[in-house]
Amino acid sequence: MRLYSIAVYLFLYIPIGIIVLFSFNAGRHASELKGLSVKWYGKALDNPFVIDALFTSLTIAFCAATLASIMGTSAALALQRIKGPLKAIFDGMIYISIMIPGIVIGIATLVALVSVFDVLNPIIADVWLGDKAPKLELGMISVIAAHTLFTMSLVIVIVRARIAGMDRALIEASTDLYASPWATFRQVTLPQLAPAILAGFLLSFTFSFDDFIISFFVAGPNTTLPIYVFSSIRRGITPEVNAIGAMVMGASLLLLIVAQLLLRRDHRR
Amino acid sequence: MATEASKGRWLTAGLLAPSSIWFLIMLVMPLVVVAIFSFGERAPAGGYTASFTFEQYANLPARLKAFQNTLTLAPLGTVLTLLVAYPLAYYLAVKAPSRWKLALLVLVIVPFWTSLLIRTYAWIFILGGRGIPTLLEFIGIEGVRLINTPTAVVIGIVYIYLPLMVFPIFVSLEKLDKRLLEASNDLGGSPFRTFLQITLPLSIPGMATGCMLVFILLMGEFLIPAILGGGKVFFIGNALVDLFLQSRNWPFGAAVATTLVIIMLVIVSIYMRLMMRVSAHREDVSIM
Repeated sequence: MRLYSIAVYLFLYIPIGIIVLFSFNAGRHASELKGLSVKWYGKALDNPFVIDALFTSLTIAFCAATLASIMGTSAALALQRIKGPLKAIFDGMIYISIMIPGIVIGIATLVALVSVFDVLNPIIADVWLGDKAPKLELGMISVIAAHTLFTMSLVIVIVRARIAGMDRALIEASTDLYASPWATFRQVTLPQLAPAILAGFLLSFTFSFDDFIISFFVAGPNTTLPIYVFSSIRRGITPEVNAIGAMVMGASLLLLIVAQLLLRRDHRR
Repeated sequence: MATEASKGRWLTAGLLAPSSIWFLIMLVMPLVVVAIFSFGERAPAGGYTASFTFEQYANLPARLKAFQNTLTLAPLGTVLTLLVAYPLAYYLAVKAPSRWKLALLVLVIVPFWTSLLIRTYAWIFILGGRGIPTLLEFIGIEGVRLINTPTAVVIGIVYIYLPLMVFPIFVSLEKLDKRLLEASNDLGGSPFRTFLQITLPLSIPGMATGCMLVFILLMGEFLIPAILGGGKVFFIGNALVDLFLQSRNWPFGAAVATTLVIIMLVIVSIYMRLMMRVSAHREDVSIM
């Protein structure tokens, strides 16, 4: 049993180890290890395409996670106050948006937005008074919107679970002590929900940052980091891609540790 | 002046408004558009022309191979992931020293938080010409090709989705009342019988959750077959990318996507029905 578990851990970590090892490759070919060096890290960080893609990905992930946290939390708060068909419709939406494959979301968003833009663009051009009418097209905003849909549902699920486990007595106590609903929310409800919202934010950020397939369809001319890595792999593997991979994995590990520490400190208080 | 009740109603509506708008514009409208497109025709230059025809659906057999691959390799991958994950989850929940339990569990989950794309492509090194095949040549087995085969895709599937399977099984085994195991032991049940009659049945919900999660994600899989199948082993997801981004046959692509969603809905609702029956059965037992 123990041996088996060790074998599974090796299975999980050997591929990651290989990426890290080969990222220090001094040679030019990805599959031959010729001495160790950090030069590919320098090359990757000097590559304007990589930096550009990284910046795009971070911006998208940050915006999507922020929007998802705000809208998801407010929806979760409202959902505990309603029942009946409206609630059932909402539950259905949440469920469908989580269950439906990312690739279908990507396609559907692409097709729908392009169709809507085709209708709207001539109208905007007609009514626009200035010289050059703005043209709606796929880009970072459409990726953010698509990522927000999926991650918002995740936040709703996480925050709702927390609301269900929340201590009602505190809220009642606060109301009995003549706190206004807003004061109760800010001083009692929100602090209790904070860890769940933070967890939702981080989960959303990671999902958005890591997403390839939705961005692939709706990013238009923009390149996110996963799209850059995917097209590099298509052209042939270079040690540069390994260096990017190692850095991405290192950064997400760091984020995970920071999140853990934050949550633990929160817990202790 | 507004009463308290109507104030509360306005607040609720205000809180729900942004997410409702989002669901409407980014989920309902796109899915409706895809469904409409699937009855249309391809424009000569690619894209869509309005029409009402079942031609696209009649044409589905043209992509039969993608459906076949998905509907065989997704269940196979799910079952293999379960078989690899179960003993590990069992070890973590029952056997592992409690001091290490949390750390060991985190070690399983951490890979899931790092880039799926990069973890998948690591296997190109391992399965490619200079990886395992070269090692096998050393011990005299020659001519083994792994990369770009269904085997490579299945290995990738097990590797990527293992954490997702271990976690729910671990949770259900962890919740299991250890007194039941002691009782079985005291009544002279062999460890094997205890496992078969108590542990295994009580971990069914965890296994079902894990299998469903993995299976749903596999139905829409694109990256693993694209990277490890090298265009030879393709899933519905790969067909969709081809139809929408390369050959730009949107109506046909829409028909494939709609069919995929319908297959998934059918499978998920069967699963829900089964789970409900299992839990209803449980309640009967507990009443007895």
